[in-house]
Amino acid sequence: MINSGHGRGPDSGSNSDPFPAGLRVLVVDDDPTCLMILERMLMTCLYRVTKCNRAELALSLLRKNKNGFDIVISDVHMPDMDGFKLLEHVGLEMDLPVIMMSADDSKSVVLKGVTHGAVDYLIKPVRIEALKNIWQHVVRKKRNEWNVSEHSGGSIEDTGGDRDRQQPREDADNNSSSVNEGNWRSSSSRKRKEEEVDDQGDDKEDTSSLKKPRVVWSVELHQQFVAAVNQLGVDKAVPKKILEMMNVPGLTRENVASHLQKYRIYLRRLGGVSQHQGNMNHSFMTGQDPSFGPLSSLNGFDLQALAVVGQLPAQSLAQLQAAGLGRSSLIKPGMSSSPLVDQRSIFNFENPKVRFGDGHGQTINNGNKQMSLLHGVPTGMEPKQFAGSHMRVQQQITGVRPGQNVQSSGMVLSVADHLPRGGPSMLSSLGQQQPMFSTSVSRRSDLTGAVRNSIPETNNRVVPATHSVFNNFPADLPQNNFPLASAPGISIPVSASYQEEVNSSDAKGGSSAATAGFGNPCYDMFNNFSQQQQQHHNNKLNDWDLRNIGLAFSHQDTASASAAFSTSEAYSSSSSLRKRRETDATVVTAHGQNQQPPSRSLNHLNHVFMDGGSVRVKSERVAETVTCPPATTLFNEQYHQEDLMSALLKQEGIPSVDNEFDFDGYSIDNIPV
Amino acid sequence: MNTIVVGQLQRQFQDYIVSLYQQGYLDNQFTELRKLQDEGSPDFVAEVVSLFFDDCAKVINDMSTSLERPDHVDFKQVDSGVHQLKGSSSSVGARRVKNVCIAFKECCDVQNREGCLRCLQQVDYEYKMLKTKLQDLFNLEQQILQAGGTIPQVSMN
Repeated sequence: MINSGHGRGPDSGSNSDPFPAGLRVLVVDDDPTCLMILERMLMTCLYRVTKCNRAELALSLLRKNKNGFDIVISDVHMPDMDGFKLLEHVGLEMDLPVIMMSADDSKSVVLKGVTHGAVDYLIKPVRIEALKNIWQHVVRKKRNEWNVSEHSGGSIEDTGGDRDRQQPREDADNNSSSVNEGNWRSSSSRKRKEEEVDDQGDDKEDTSSLKKPRVVWSVELHQQFVAAVNQLGVDKAVPKKILEMMNVPGLTRENVASHLQKYRIYLRRLGGVSQHQGNMNHSFMTGQDPSFGPLSSLNGFDLQALAVVGQLPAQSLAQLQAAGLGRSSLIKPGMSSSPLVDQRSIFNFENPKVRFGDGHGQTINNGNKQMSLLHGVPTGMEPKQFAGSHMRVQQQITGVRPGQNVQSSGMVLSVADHLPRGGPSMLSSLGQQQPMFSTSVSRRSDLTGAVRNSIPETNNRVVPATHSVFNNFPADLPQNNFPLASAPGISIPVSASYQEEVNSSDAKGGSSAATAGFGNPCYDMFNNFSQQQQQHHNNKLNDWDLRNIGLAFSHQDTASASAAFSTSEAYSSSSSLRKRRETDATVVTAHGQNQQPPSRSLNHLNHVFMDGGSVRVKSERVAETVTCPPATTLFNEQYHQEDLMSALLKQEGIPSVDNEFDFDGYSIDNIPV
Repeated sequence: MNTIVVGQLQRQFQDYIVSLYQQGYLDNQFTELRKLQDEGSPDFVAEVVSLFFDDCAKVINDMSTSLERPDHVDFKQVDSGVHQLKGSSSSVGARRVKNVCIAFKECCDVQNREGCLRCLQQVDYEYKMLKTKLQDLFNLEQQILQAGGTIPQVSMN
């Protein structure tokens, strides 16, 4: 559309598609030379440019003109504010696509951009060709939002983009465009769905219809949102209820859903980073801590804790996976080999916890109110565990870690084991979570679903599933996502057994025990769960049912099979929660074939972890998103990965791994990948 | 309009700018910048490079201050300055300046003060040299325009 050189006439190529012309771009760079060049280039592209040399100024500009911009391009290194910080702010408050740029082309920085949600990352010197295409990010994002609304089913917040993303998901780094942020979320949910169901029409082919009016989340609106979430309980907050509580005319459920996802990601990130929400000092956080109160009440976890826990698991998972799988890609969908991997990637992106959360979520769904807390925690596995608090999760996570090495499957197993309940699902979600996590928020919900899904299958799948799972759960979650976890009475023994199993990194051994133990509790969960889930999950569950179970098995089947968790199976298959129960027992044995023992544990772990991770992210997510088996939900918000991980690790006696990719050296040998 | 004069000036311009590319003073990014210039903004390139040189002077000065005291070097500041120079020089196509920045960054990473000082000197030299060269180029452009001619688009491959 732009002629290079002279004569850039408005008609040069813009006649065919007027849309990109007039795109309102905000450019932020402290380097005046670059700023001038960019401005010129963007004007040549027929965009409406506003340039700004300070991040704070840019933010206030954005806040003042809520709907005044379509896309933001920002430099990474700026004196007054880190570009990534700005990225987060914009993503949370304005939900605009942000492109990062820098003269620094080192992979780590690019990755950081991706994980923080940038839709693209440009290396300086920026060429005009690169700028010509930025409008696609705007389109994509809108499509996602549009899709979300299309699928009022809700858990899937962003749809359109998922599909695209899934493919590229494998390489986190490469998906700079639209991978992060909204896309991420949608994609994760998408993935789940896709994997199981199909493309759910995420991709709305008609881009033309993606002109959805964007909701600008003003500070007041956001505060209203946060208040509603807090009141409902982060884990339980469902977009629908939030919407009702907010009572804002013109606000749709989809708007709330996507915002919730973001919020969860935000929280997760906070939890992971500093564990305290207040850290960010964002509007979100103020007074957010209490928002998670409900969650915390569960087991005294608080999001932060969860975040912490979540982080750990993620990291450990990541490490495990990295180590075990040798995969660097965060998004490794392949469950089989790496449910963990997926998880890892998920974590890498967002919070490690997320992964766990998923696992938990599933279990949790079973009917723990606690879900919110449990989310992150692999409670699924042991009711006790949850009650116990992150510890369990951590333990599980640790357990998971070993699995990770092995590959996600290993993890899955461990997780599964731990999460008798949601185990399988969680695991899968864990695996899948990865893709989801990138968006963090979106992930969480997905976690439950995704975890499950991912684990058994490839991450890709999981992710979408998890989304759905979580999404489904929200409604259900309150019930008992973590029946296992939350209900001390339920399967305390079970969980314990799982843990042990997991800990021993000998999934096999453990899992069997665990399964047995869990199997029982699972039922409890399933009862609750199935009810909820079936309703919710129908679409979603499908995704993760398989996934969850599949966590360990890299395929849904396996997962379910290995569901040693039986419960996990229940979880994974959203709709078939009920079935799971029954099949759990059988499945467990059946699946066990591949990896039974390990898978189970992994599943549990996955769940556990997933939840933990995801829990951290948002308790809200749990509640609302996923009908998925509690397992995932549990972990999602509640446990900070770190906590979970550490807990798990402690139990297992494995030192927590801090570095994401440093595998702790769990022996995942048993984990059947 | 004296076509002969214009022709001569244009050839002179062309040869000069090609030599700048060949000597490594400029690279493709400069060509891109030239493309952005048109009737609507005829002085775009001159403005941008002017901004760049001012920026260079300022950043170099700050870095010099940071590197001044041997016992108290603020490498973080130096690194930040180098990073900025690298970004802006690559954006305008100042190839030599950019290359020095790359070496400069390496010295900074290992906290080699001596190396940094050398690089600082070099970057200072390079940007001033480029400034002079581009000034000559713009003068030629002006002469062409005043003679009634148009500035040739030079494609460097």
